[in-house]
Order: sequence, then structure tokens, then C-alpha cells
Amino acid sequence: MFQVRIHGRGGQGVVTAAELLSIAAFREGRHAQAFPSFGSERTGAPVVAFCRIDDREIRLREPVLEPDALIIQDPTLLHQVDVFGGVARGAFVLINTTRGFAELGLNELTGKFRFCALPATELALRHAGRPVPNAALLGGFAAISGRISLESVSAAIREKFAGKVAEDNVAAASAAYAHVRCEMGEAEHAQAD
Amino acid sequence: MLKQTEGSHAVAEAVALCRPEVICAYPISPQTHIVEGLGEMVKSGALARCEFINVESEFAAMSVAIGASAAGARAYTATASQGLLFMAEAVFNASGLGLPIVMTVANRAIGAPINIWNDHSDSMSQRDCGWIQLFAETNQEALDLHIQAFRLGEELSLPVMVCMDGFILTHAYERVDVPTQAQVDTYLPPFDPRQILDPSEPVSIGAMVGPEAFTEVRYLAHAKQMRALELIPGWAEEFRAVFGRESGGLLHAYRTEDADTVVVALGSVLGTIKDTVDEMRRGGAKIGVLGITCFRPWPLAAVRSALAHARRVVVIEKSLAVGLGGIVSSNVRTSFAGNAGAVHAVIAGLGGRPITRASLARVFGEAMAGKLEPLTFLDLDRALVERALARERGQRRSGPIAENILRDVGVVAARVG
Repeated sequence: MFQVRIHGRGGQGVVTAAELLSIAAFREGRHAQAFPSFGSERTGAPVVAFCRIDDREIRLREPVLEPDALIIQDPTLLHQVDVFGGVARGAFVLINTTRGFAELGLNELTGKFRFCALPATELALRHAGRPVPNAALLGGFAAISGRISLESVSAAIREKFAGKVAEDNVAAASAAYAHVRCEMGEAEHAQAD
Repeated sequence: MLKQTEGSHAVAEAVALCRPEVICAYPISPQTHIVEGLGEMVKSGALARCEFINVESEFAAMSVAIGASAAGARAYTATASQGLLFMAEAVFNASGLGLPIVMTVANRAIGAPINIWNDHSDSMSQRDCGWIQLFAETNQEALDLHIQAFRLGEELSLPVMVCMDGFILTHAYERVDVPTQAQVDTYLPPFDPRQILDPSEPVSIGAMVGPEAFTEVRYLAHAKQMRALELIPGWAEEFRAVFGRESGGLLHAYRTEDADTVVVALGSVLGTIKDTVDEMRRGGAKIGVLGITCFRPWPLAAVRSALAHARRVVVIEKSLAVGLGGIVSSNVRTSFAGNAGAVHAVIAGLGGRPITRASLARVFGEAMAGKLEPLTFLDLDRALVERALARERGQRRSGPIAENILRDVGVVAARVG
């Protein structure tokens, strides 16, 4: 079973991101379970959502306590909420930010997790005209984790949304996917050198 | 058709496939998405020949459902928590009048203190209201139970409450198989009421009954529920024949054949319990699970038979009878041939507290070691409770409990003064 935990704030599409990820996994023939952990339902409040993906029926209903991947939609949560609680060594950690890990105060963790910084809000603004980073982050997640294809993420977005909103978000996800793949390529080159 | 969808949406689709004629509801979390979905289907025409009535309260919702059902319409509503309490008088009337209304309860805690999260306090508060109560383990079962609910309710002329865990199921996206209209039509015939208000043949429904016959009317209500116990397994079997999957029935037993220890529970927590039990089985523990699908009527004989070889029973229950302890466990004790002391109540998941495999494994281990108390509160923060008790001992006017505890926990938002 592969478990994803998504942290963000009310209004950033955190719950929708988990739902979209579950639809994408379902479209690849897998079992998936997405659910929110609601606190006070208000814009800006910290929100957590979960997604489990497996090859067999998922019965477990506890919150995702030991995620294999973490998506942080809002970097201001890094020092407000215990986002890294229970995260396994070597887990994927995707952060929506334009800043470096040192600037975010995460230097001591860079050896423990597989970090990826993605300017998802900027990509969302550029492609969809709204600062809702969820679709871009899913594109980035597809690239960094290889657990889901960009095609499935795009199909999930088109299943849940229609028309221009769907296409704009698919564009944001695709741009994020390309961005992360490009960075991964550079990292590989750097290692080879 | 297989779909990845939200539990609430799956239930809305199932209800629509049952061709309801009147839907009345008042919104309350976590039920809202269900009736929103149905409202959209009525408005778009996808659900034809159905009137969606917005009402001003839950009391009105159940009253409208009673009127609609008495006039011969297939009626549906949904609620949760305080909403169920607000309609309580009408809930008893619906069953007393023998009207086959189907209602979803998206299970949620009851205040005070106000809490929007999941537990079973709402449904359990109405356990003796005369409705059939079915509890869903998954969203697939929630979907399926609604189809069965209309069938058995209308056959017996009894209302049916389908209980599904709020948020944990209602707001979860998972795989469901949505049946075809033809399948549902095969299983569920058009509503042929056993009683009907018809202006051309006037009758009264709801007469006053005095001491001369009240006992007999109540006896007949009980007898009808006992009859449901006989019929429900057959309807589940028929469901399997039409839809090709096991759903509903009275109970679901899991790995109980050789189990010394049997865990009993209702609803979505059964999945987490099964995963925990599988893990403990790998370590050699003889432990199994009994899921109660039909809580009312209480399947006394079926539970007794399922627990016949158990040496101890652990009941995980998401509600508390204050001043007594467990509600489900009290029912289980009536069905346990062995020592009533071997039935342990574990109160868990109140007000949305997560029930984890780690905590379940610990409590099951304690039970097998003979160290579990008759009544336990899973993951109780004992230090927090002791502080509150010390405060009350120290000062007569020590302040409101909920607010004091929040201050101890450090929840900033609770600070008012």
C-alpha cells in the first residue's frame, strides 16, 4: 500500500487533490481511498487530506500516520503544523515553494527525505489564473514518484471538472510534470558529473 | 458500473435508482452532500417523477416524509446528529404508524459540547424508536443497504434507518459498483402500500389508543421486527442473486471459526479491525471479528450462534450510555451464553477520535491476556481527566468542563476570556 498525506489550507483544494489522486489511481485499475481530516471548515485553516493506493481492497480507515509521500501545498505550515510526523525515511516530500530548502529551514532534513520544490502556485496562476496549487502539485507528484501517470492525473481532472477549468488545470499539471522531470534530469546529470 | 466516487454521491445515486417520489431534507453536516446530490438530480430531471421539498427543520423533514408515505409515496430523507434529535418525536411516529420511510443517518456525535465529527451517538439515541437500523461497513454496503432498505421497509411496512459513518464514509472517495436501473427494478418492485390515505376511501391513521389496546399495538410492532429478523437474510440472498455481491443481512463473521476472542463492532471501523486481526493472526492469535449489520431488530439468535465458541468478546463501540457504559455490549451480553464478564466494552472513536490499528492491537492483546477491564475508553488521556477532577475537587466553581479541558490541551481558539 502506498500512502499519501496532503497538507494545506482551506481554499487550496487539499481535499480535492486527494480525491483527484484517488480517481487517477482508480483509472489505472488500482484500489484507492481518499478522505479528509476536517477541522474547522474555514478558508485559511490548516487542512489535511489522505490518499491510499493499493492493488487490493483497502479496509483501513485510520488517518495516514506513516505516509510514503507528503505534499505540502502551503510552506507556511512547515513551522506551524507537525507535517513531518510519522513520515518514513526516503519518503517523497513535495513542497509548493519558490524558495530553497535552506531558506525554508529544512536543511537538516534533506538527507532523510526525497525533497522536491515546485512553484505550484505560480504555475497555477500562469495556467489557470487562480492561486490553487493542487493540480500542479499532482503533476509534480506524478513526476517525482512515478506512482501515477500524468495521463491519469489529467483524466481525473477532466472527470471532476469540465471545460476551461479542466483544461487550464491539466495545463498546470503538465507544466509541473515537465518542470520536475527537468529538475530530476539535471540532478542525474550532476550526479553523473 | 465501477466508479471512484464520494460515499455521499454513491448513496444519492442509489436512492435515485430506487425511484423515490418525495425527498424532503434539511441540511446538516455530514449528511449534506447526499441531499445536495439528490436535489441536483431532481432539478436536472435525471430523477423524474420526484418532488424535492425544502423544509424549515428536521422535524418538518420527518413530518413531510410521514405525510408523503401515508399518501402512498415512496419517501426518503437524511439527517445526522442534532438533526435526528430534533425530529425524534416524528421518528417514533413514523414507526408507530408503520410507514416505510427510508432515512440515511450520516453518523455524527451529539452535543454538548458541540462536535461535528463521527461517532454513533445519534443513531444509538434512537435505537428503541421502532425503526429498523442497518449499519454500513463500506460505501459499497451503504449504497446496497439503501436498495435493500426500501424493499424490506415496504414489505413489512416499517421505516428503515441506514447508518453510515459521517466523514469516514460520507466524505471518502472509494470504488463502488453502481447498479443499473434494470437491476434495481428487478429487486425493488413499485411501492404497494399496506395502508394509504385516499380521499375516495377515507380512513384515519394515527388513532388514539388507550390502555385497552396499547400493549397489543406495541406487541405487534415488536412482532413485526421479529419477523424482519427472519426475512432479512433471505432478502440479502436475493440481493446477491440480482447484484452478484454479498451485502446486508444480519451479521458478517470474519475468521471466527476457531477464534477464542471475537471482536464485535458496527460500521466502518470493521475494516481497521479486520486489518488488525489479520496482523495478530500472523502472530498466532486466535481472534476473529463479528460485524453487526442489523442492529435493530437485534439479531439475538444469530449473534448467540456466532459467539458460541468464543471465550471472550471485545465490543468496540462508538457511543456511550453515560452512567452505564457500552450500548452495543449490553446488547451483546444478552446474546452471550458464557459469563457476562467475558464481554468487554471498549468505547472508541467518540467525536471523531481516530481508531488506530496500534490502539486496537493493544486493547485486543490486553483482552487475550485477561487484563482488560469490563469497560475501557480507548486512548483516554488519563492525565487530562485527572487535572479536571483535581480542579473540581479544589474549587466549587471551577468553570465549564469542556472549556477548561480545551485550555489544558492548548487549543488556542477556545480561549475566550
